[in-house]
Amino acid sequence: MSGEYNLSHLDELEAESMYVLREVAAQFDRPSLLFSGGKDSIVVAHLARKAFFPARIPLPFVHIDTGHNFPETIAFRDDLVEKLGVQLIVGSVQTLIDRGEVSEEKGFNASRNSIQTPALVGAIEEHGFDACIGGARRDEEKARAKERFFSHRDEFSSWDPKNQRPELWQLFNGKHQPGEHFRVFPLNNWTELDVWNYILREQIEIPSLYFSHKRKCVRRAGQILAFSEHLNLRPEEKSEMLCVRFRTLGDLTITGAVESNAETIEQVVDEVAVARNTERGGRMDDRRGETAMEDRKKEGYF
Amino acid sequence: MAQGLLRFITAGSVDDGKSTLIGRLLYDSKTIFEDQLESVERASKQKGGDGVDLSLLTDGLRAEREQGITIDVAYRYFTTPKRKFIIADAPGHIQYTRNMVTGASTVNLAVILVDAREGLVEQTHCHSFIASLLGIKHIVVCVNKMDLVDWDEACYEQITEDFRNFSSRLDIADVRFIPISALDGDNVVLRSTRMDWYDGPTLLNHLEQVHVAADRNMQDCRFPVQYVIRPQTDTDRDFRGYAGRVAGGVFKVGDEVVALPSGTRSRVASLAIGERTIDMAFPPQSVVMTLEDDVDVSRGDMLVRPNNQPEEVQEIDARICWLDEQAMRPGMRFTLRHMAHEVTAKVSEVVYRIDINTLHRIEEEAPVLEMNDVARVKVRCASPLFMDDYRRNRTTGSFILIDPSTRRTVAAGVQYS
Ligand SMILES: Nc1nc2c(ncn2[C@@H]2O[C@H](COP(=O)(O)OP(=O)(O)O)[C@@H](O)[C@H]2O)c(=O)[nH]1
Repeated sequence: MSGEYNLSHLDELEAESMYVLREVAAQFDRPSLLFSGGKDSIVVAHLARKAFFPARIPLPFVHIDTGHNFPETIAFRDDLVEKLGVQLIVGSVQTLIDRGEVSEEKGFNASRNSIQTPALVGAIEEHGFDACIGGARRDEEKARAKERFFSHRDEFSSWDPKNQRPELWQLFNGKHQPGEHFRVFPLNNWTELDVWNYILREQIEIPSLYFSHKRKCVRRAGQILAFSEHLNLRPEEKSEMLCVRFRTLGDLTITGAVESNAETIEQVVDEVAVARNTERGGRMDDRRGETAMEDRKKEGYF
Repeated sequence: MAQGLLRFITAGSVDDGKSTLIGRLLYDSKTIFEDQLESVERASKQKGGDGVDLSLLTDGLRAEREQGITIDVAYRYFTTPKRKFIIADAPGHIQYTRNMVTGASTVNLAVILVDAREGLVEQTHCHSFIASLLGIKHIVVCVNKMDLVDWDEACYEQITEDFRNFSSRLDIADVRFIPISALDGDNVVLRSTRMDWYDGPTLLNHLEQVHVAADRNMQDCRFPVQYVIRPQTDTDRDFRGYAGRVAGGVFKVGDEVVALPSGTRSRVASLAIGERTIDMAFPPQSVVMTLEDDVDVSRGDMLVRPNNQPEEVQEIDARICWLDEQAMRPGMRFTLRHMAHEVTAKVSEVVYRIDINTLHRIEEEAPVLEMNDVARVKVRCASPLFMDDYRRNRTTGSFILIDPSTRRTVAAGVQYS
């Protein structure tokens, strides 16, 4: 008789994530959803819609705009926010730079990745968010393998990996002192392949950048980077037209592309299933050192 | 047919080969990506070893890298065509009982490692006890480093016999034994050619096949209300839906239900997951339920069937594990969290502490609970809770204690009635 009640692993992951999202809405006064425009946060948005249907998603989306985003990401974001009828709050890195509150990295591998953190922390303080939902997964990177679903941050937004709150069963404890907040990760137990299979199953719309397209690119240190006005070329570097797609969408200057002919979600799933490199392997920001991610997380990175 | 998800924990004392075993599972099931492998190869060379040290694959935070030990539960993922696996990689070091309790709370199965040369050690007892305390119904004892005992059957048999003798005192339905060498890969993913005397499955075969769906309680209908959905839009002005994760039993449209604690009765009018309506809902689905009548139900309440109700308890007979660095102070008050329900509570009596290595009871005049202590206690609540025995239902039978001043989770508890 138990056969009738078997769930696929995607059903189980979906149920778990919906539970986490509802728990956020129930436990916090000022929750928000950090929306990057990448596939993971699109999946979180999809799950949130399911979790609260037929009501609207009861929390605002927050986007930290580095000013170096793919234009497609921004267009997609605006469209989705309108369809879902949620409020969008944009934290602008450019504004912080203009005000002189942060300074930009210089040089060929310059990225605005590290200065996203002050923009995010600023948005959290300004709006008084006590919970920020993110799309990160434990399988992405070593330092994330120990993440909780409800991850506590002190008043400086720092994460203390040695002193995490124990998290038992599905009993999430979101209690905190004034000024502290939580990062919440409903996709913790998903892998990259799960995310793609779920996008396929649910027919979730994603930005065209995830599919193969012709684009002007630059090869650098074994990576393929999108050519753009924000990328400083070395004298020996030349741009070339390639057929590529992106596995993650971060900043234009650091997100590596892969050569691919996958034009449909099915074809992308097939490619991901046999991929031999991690998706973050394509990001220059993680390649700066074995513990790069851990260091950024402690400072309050996503 | 696909088996869905299996969550398991790995436990063993330091150097039993846990990291190597996990690395081996990931590597032989082809879950390792090239860039990860390259970074492990680099690190292996730096350490001056020859060959690739698979244990480095699971090595996480910097502090651990410096100390060379795991200090927190880390989660790993791998998939085979048959199943998706989530490994809770729990630390072996004795002072980290709380991490094993944490990891064990969500898993279906425990893999316990024993070094073939050493046989059962104190920590084997401790880990098995925690597994049974946390209601894990399947244990696989991997007798590791068989290469170092010349693949000797007698040695393996002795260990299995010792374990059976010991585990008869515990409440674990399904115990298996597998002789392996994590280092060489024998009987992990690939069958060993050096232990013909063993004709059972490899570890991965067993993990792929073990049947855990039946461990869920499909008899006692329990629906803890997590969140009330009220759209307040023109089209759905009167909609009032109860969102939650089914904790037990099968709810069908038309079923009569009773709301606890109010005792009000109604019937299930509809069940849905997002836009999709469904005829029945069962664990662990997250659904929205509507009722035929306009009853007053809110977060923390529970919907059950009138003829099958949980026990109403004000004093819980509990086993707790103390998780906080600050010891439990006498007379301390807590916020007790049971599903979505919170009440004020206090520990009215520490009946005895349990020595988790010998399983002996320690009865004292004025017991103090320190981090990692496990004890049988009485927990007195300001108002009654609706609970099941933890062995019958892991969701409705468990709770946590939160210190209202520090707001930390200080204890995990299960009810045995
Ligand atoms: N000979 C042999 N050595 C092993 C085996 N499994 C692990 N080891 C070694 O035992 C030591 C401890 O292993 P490790 O996986 O780090 O143990 P952990 O502390 O339990 O994670 C390492 O030197 C391993 O290479 C095995 O099956 N045979």
